[in-house]
Amino acid sequence: MVNKLVFCGVSALLLFSSSAIAHETSALNDAEIAHIAYTAGQLDLDAGKEALAKSNNKEVRSFAQTMVRDHAAVNDQALALVKKLGVTPQANATSEALTNKAREKARELSKLKGEAFDRAYVQNEVAFHRTVNDALSSTLIPGAHNAELKSLLETGLTLFQEHQEHAEQLAKNLR
Amino acid sequence: MPSFFPARQVQLALAAVAFALPPASVAAAAPQVHTVVIDKMKFGTLTSVVRAGDTIVWINKDVLKHSATARDKSFNVDLPPKTSGKTVITHSGTIAFYCLYHPGMKGSLTVTR
Repeated sequence: MVNKLVFCGVSALLLFSSSAIAHETSALNDAEIAHIAYTAGQLDLDAGKEALAKSNNKEVRSFAQTMVRDHAAVNDQALALVKKLGVTPQANATSEALTNKAREKARELSKLKGEAFDRAYVQNEVAFHRTVNDALSSTLIPGAHNAELKSLLETGLTLFQEHQEHAEQLAKNLR
Repeated sequence: MPSFFPARQVQLALAAVAFALPPASVAAAAPQVHTVVIDKMKFGTLTSVVRAGDTIVWINKDVLKHSATARDKSFNVDLPPKTSGKTVITHSGTIAFYCLYHPGMKGSLTVTR
């Protein structure tokens, strides 16, 4: 869930001007942050499944398997936390923007095959994680009120930073 | 009077006994078990001295799948979420290791003889 929240925030940042995003995300409550995190994680999980369906590259497949596995694990943790806290994740403009952006990217990727797909998928993974990590650091973690949610987001940031580095290295290998 | 055992045979026999019964100081270096805890995407550090023949127990506290994989391929253990695994260290030297699934997770063991 934390991961998803981060991803949503990142997408929102990409879609809007930084000042508009900062203004919007500053008003997010924990239920909205949870929804953003969950959405972001699910979007990257879906992208990983698509990569596993299309790619024959061993390194890309291994990376995609890790994305699917890690984001499913973090989302399960996030769902357990909101259930425990009695919070219902709340849809918001940021998570919606994140979803729209991801769908647009998925349409682009669906037209590609082979090495072109591999490169585009990995490049998008770099950009997605970078955006999410920026949003986590600057907005979502500082904005979370509940200590457990904040902790989960912080763990998610550590994981996502590693994912970003992994994707960056993979992108170099695919050049 | 000639000795029943030639001197050289006696020396060899003594050497064999010495080999079979190592001194106490060697016995004290019996294989040890060390623990490395993996938590929040990081390998914990080992403060104890590791010798060749010792065992490392890897405890994965994360909800994520990890591995402890030696760069020199001397060990590789898969660590599903919330599980532990063990590896026996076979040689001395500095052994760099990492997680196969999260290459940014790294560590190293300094192994003495």
